[in-house]
Amino acid sequence: MIAGFKKLVVASSIAAALLTAATPAAQAAEEQFFMLPSYRVGPYGANGQAFYGGFIDYLNYINMKGGIDGVQATWEECETEYNNAKGVECYERMKSKALKAPGPIHTMSTGISYALVDKAATDKLPLAMMGYGLTSAVDGSVFPWAFPLVTTYQMQASAIVKFLKDKSGGSLEGKKIVFLYHDSAYGKEPILALEAEARLNKYSLVQIPVAHPGNEQGAQWQRIRQEQPDYVIMWGWGVMNMTAIKTAQKMGYPREKMIGSWWAGSEEDTVPAGDAAKGYMSATWNVAGKGVPLIADIEKTVYGAGKGNLQDKAKIGTILYNRGVSAAVLSIEAIRTAQAKYGKGKAMGAEQVRWGLENLNLTEARLKALGATGLLPEVKTSCDNHEGSGKVKMQQWDGAKWVSLTDWIEGNKALVHPLFKADAAKYAKEKGITPRDCSKEK
Amino acid sequence: MFYRETGQFKTSYAADQQIFPIRQDRIGIALLLAFAFVVVPLVASNYWFNAILIPFLIFSLAALGLNILTGYAGQLSLGSAAFMAVGAYAAYNFQVRVEGMPILVSFILAGLTSAGVGILFGLPSLRIKGFYLAVATLAAQFFIVWCLTKFPYLSNHSSSGVISVPGIEMLGMKIDAPHERYLLVLGIVALLALAAKNMVRSTTGRAWMAVRDMDVAAEVIGIRLMRTKLLAFAISSFYCGVAGALYAFCYLGSVEPDGFSLDLSFKILFMIIVGGVGSILGSFLGAAFILLLPIFLDIFLPWLSALLQLPFDGATVSHIQLMVFGALIMFFLIVEPHGLARLWQIGKEKLRLWPFPH
Repeated sequence: MIAGFKKLVVASSIAAALLTAATPAAQAAEEQFFMLPSYRVGPYGANGQAFYGGFIDYLNYINMKGGIDGVQATWEECETEYNNAKGVECYERMKSKALKAPGPIHTMSTGISYALVDKAATDKLPLAMMGYGLTSAVDGSVFPWAFPLVTTYQMQASAIVKFLKDKSGGSLEGKKIVFLYHDSAYGKEPILALEAEARLNKYSLVQIPVAHPGNEQGAQWQRIRQEQPDYVIMWGWGVMNMTAIKTAQKMGYPREKMIGSWWAGSEEDTVPAGDAAKGYMSATWNVAGKGVPLIADIEKTVYGAGKGNLQDKAKIGTILYNRGVSAAVLSIEAIRTAQAKYGKGKAMGAEQVRWGLENLNLTEARLKALGATGLLPEVKTSCDNHEGSGKVKMQQWDGAKWVSLTDWIEGNKALVHPLFKADAAKYAKEKGITPRDCSKEK
Repeated sequence: MFYRETGQFKTSYAADQQIFPIRQDRIGIALLLAFAFVVVPLVASNYWFNAILIPFLIFSLAALGLNILTGYAGQLSLGSAAFMAVGAYAAYNFQVRVEGMPILVSFILAGLTSAGVGILFGLPSLRIKGFYLAVATLAAQFFIVWCLTKFPYLSNHSSSGVISVPGIEMLGMKIDAPHERYLLVLGIVALLALAAKNMVRSTTGRAWMAVRDMDVAAEVIGIRLMRTKLLAFAISSFYCGVAGALYAFCYLGSVEPDGFSLDLSFKILFMIIVGGVGSILGSFLGAAFILLLPIFLDIFLPWLSALLQLPFDGATVSHIQLMVFGALIMFFLIVEPHGLARLWQIGKEKLRLWPFPH
């Protein structure tokens, strides 16, 4: 009995010794903290669930594959309900945790990111606005901490115009395009670019705003019927998209001539519209579907282990889910870029992550290695260019799924980027910011 | 016991008419102010300043504005958020367009602009009352937001309609740190609250209350209805306008017209209903309730579900939070329809007699 007890003691002390030996290693395992001001309820809850579901699934996936070069990703969510004031509260609440080793902050809301641009710059935290937010932040000399990665509304609008131009045989002269937009910061952002394009391509532009939330568009579509435009470019969001598509059907406007922004081109927009959505087109900077090896692998690895974030697995592979994954891929790659310079296997500080975002070079080869070929375009950022790509694809809803129509199309950079520069310079003047000299950055 | 007034004799009219006739109240409010002005800036963290105290004070001010109009003068309004928007955009324009404009002057001018707009939208109140007036003020809500979106001049030709406010500078000093902004907001709110308290005790306030209780009778005893009602609209809008300017400059730093939606107007209306209609204190209590309770639930519920190991994910917790919040509003309204301020008053009565109630 006593011998048995002794054995137990010895065994347990060995186990304890092993454990204590293991613990320091576990503590030394570094962590990179992602604050996620997410939204899963409210008018845009469905969109937030898919996006942040994808984001978290990828972080889980990375952790299961050994972390970011050994560094574990940790995260915390805070419900913003897509409300600016709540978003600011969430940011302030999680800020102190993020100061040490932050991941880029993704708010998925133009309003919240506007409110955070200044705060994040003061607190020195990297803010990512992938495909939304303050687009003049493309000029990194004025906005060192803000990154409108991949592409912006203006570049997207310009790419759409290019696509329509190709579609109508190389010229838009004399054509009429209606711009139907969500009457908010988000919807108004591309107007300048569309006007500039209109001067260049000599088409006439008719602007029709839709008041938030946009679930009643009878008057707007009546007007569109009168105008008889060649194309309708739509900058919608949430319930407005579905309503527009349905109203277009009711008014007899062909959906094949409607093209939405990337916030107006997800399954959440087309599925509820039913038959009406067939033929509707949209721009996107990431493809849908499980055809991408990475998405399939996430489903197998993460959901196979029961760690998936989504309750509704049908959302896997949707546009917004894949967009969440793309956002996470870019964030992780930025941290890896920083690690390559500042030390492998270490958690990266805010300034280092910022450097990583600014010197990101996501090549086709790297995308292939990640299994993300075709998921998103190549991205190469610099101090001058926080956008890094400016390319989008056009896709069409065939009644059941999104089908890519084109390869990556780049907007007219020479036309659009000077607009950003001018806007950023105005911002710098209003705020009293002295822009950095980008030629001195390396 | 705590509120024993025995021995506190008033020997002059001035003593009898002061804001806080009871000594305990005077000491209490002095301690509270000292705490807010001295202790809080020393101990509170940035999170408390940026996410809790500053918005609480700003919304208290907006609620105070609405309370003057709805609670004291009896004119139901659903346009408070619109008047906040006028204040925010006006302050921004004065600040950006006029070189070297002192920030406080901008705030005052923003308040005055808002007061002017308030008078304009108060005009229907001369003919219509109650719910019908509420609908008329809805027009302000939609018209002003539309106006700010429609005319790019008002947002200084920002391509998106969003304004991003310049930094605040006062007497050559940059007001940048959270505790500095907090002190600025606190100072303004304390001053305006004091002014409001005095206003409602004065002739003006009594005229408002007479109009609220029965306007025909008020007219018969010689109160000029038009002047009284429009004054209420002007002053209420002034308060909302200053609150809007503070909201833009000291809290969010960037605002868009859509931020001042009907939702926000309702939120402010709920603040005074929950806090207490026709009570200065109620505006503060209501703002605290509507603003801080969701934040508290947001932090507390996930913690609770983790502690009890309930299988809730983030989305479910958010839904439960909304339900609990709604239930609590109903609970408080059933327990005390006159608002939290009334609860406080009852508590005070009880404390006065404690421990020997009749």
